[in-house]
Amino acid sequence: MNQVFCRTPFLKQLVGLAGLALSGFVLSHMLGNLYLFKSPEAYNLYGHKLMSLPGFIIIEWGLFAVFLLHIFLTIYLVIQNKKARPKGYAVSPKKKAKASLASKSMQYQGVLILFFLIWHLITLRYGSYNTVMIDGKEVRDLFGLILPIFKNPILMSFYVISILLLGTHLSHGFSSSFQSLGFYHEKYTPLIKKLGVVYAWVVTLGFLSQPLYIYFFYKA
Amino acid sequence: MNLKLKVWKQEGPDTKGYFKNLEAKEVSPDMSFLEMLDVVNQDLIKKGDEPIAFDHDCREGICGSCSMVVNGDPHGPEKAVTVCQLHMRKFKDGDSLVIEPWRAKAFPIVKDLITDRSAFDRIIQAGGYISVNTGNAPEANSIPVPKVKADAAFQDATCIGCGACVAACKNASAMLFTAAKISHLEALPQGKVESQTRVLNMIGQMDKEKFGACTNTGACSAVCPKEISLKTIAKANSLFRKAAIQKS
Repeated sequence: MNQVFCRTPFLKQLVGLAGLALSGFVLSHMLGNLYLFKSPEAYNLYGHKLMSLPGFIIIEWGLFAVFLLHIFLTIYLVIQNKKARPKGYAVSPKKKAKASLASKSMQYQGVLILFFLIWHLITLRYGSYNTVMIDGKEVRDLFGLILPIFKNPILMSFYVISILLLGTHLSHGFSSSFQSLGFYHEKYTPLIKKLGVVYAWVVTLGFLSQPLYIYFFYKA
Repeated sequence: MNLKLKVWKQEGPDTKGYFKNLEAKEVSPDMSFLEMLDVVNQDLIKKGDEPIAFDHDCREGICGSCSMVVNGDPHGPEKAVTVCQLHMRKFKDGDSLVIEPWRAKAFPIVKDLITDRSAFDRIIQAGGYISVNTGNAPEANSIPVPKVKADAAFQDATCIGCGACVAACKNASAMLFTAAKISHLEALPQGKVESQTRVLNMIGQMDKEKFGACTNTGACSAVCPKEISLKTIAKANSLFRKAAIQKS
């Protein structure tokens, strides 16, 4: 491959682009999950419809590829970044340090989110396959799968913490992607930054509402 | 006022460094930070000790020579000044100051607080030439440059190449410096002709020098004595992508 495509700004643009695609995915995932508030049946039917979509497997594997791209390019860049400063400072910056904690700890958030993602896939996507009959159709009982998880205080807490980390990751990642992709505008860049924070809050609160509702309010 | 200093001492690039505790006595608030170090050095010389080695030249904030991290902040706590323009009135009697060199793989320590920043020179060299004829100065109005463009070019051209951006970045990334050097020529008609080769070569050299990648934390711009904006980096990113796709 041409060397220019291995340069750090180009790799960063790929990470950003993949990140934006994943941002779209988590938003749609969160919105879809809101069917939970309608009824367990609606939630299960939504899952069934989604997985019966033509080309669902292609979309899923495409998404998987985007995740891998985002993760592996970041790992490569983080290694390069660590090598760029073999010895750190004795004192960390105080007054001028403008960098937010969210922006400085993106890679650590990423690692923790990855652990959550793997657990999430093992327990839900590839978890036990039980079915229920809804309107004469046999559909996967996804609600039955999440119910014990969200009713368990430890697992529920793990879920909540992971979502908070995801929200932090998104709050910097969303607007940072635009910067990496080279989009800067006096008027729109501050708006994108605000939009990134609003988007991160929407996704976080949306995802948090589900385990908290189940744990505190839902009675079977 | 009297200050306690903890200064990084290192004989050479490959030797092990350490912090040396020193005292700065009877420091005038009107002194610049470097003048304070001059006084400390005079004391050390009188005692027969070796003075602290540090880079300096113009001492008026335009050459980019002085380079030290004071209590974690490149060029010290004041915004938009180089350490030579930082005055002791910014500190209080009895303050403890930790003084360190720029720390980056691409900036090896020569001695104490002096680092070798020739990596920046090589990035500029990689940029090559611009298409301007030699000979007499051209007639001023033969190439019209809009005021907005001239101002943008000038803003980026104010980069003095001190390396504070690299020192502040958690990844020791040279993106702010390289981007400023790329975009100040890009904004002008004279610099447009070689724009694509320039951006590819300068970024290529930046990577070869083993600087880290930009993660958009904004620490570089916050410590930049010339307040070069992050938009410069966005511009360089965009120019790089277009050049990479079109030139390959």
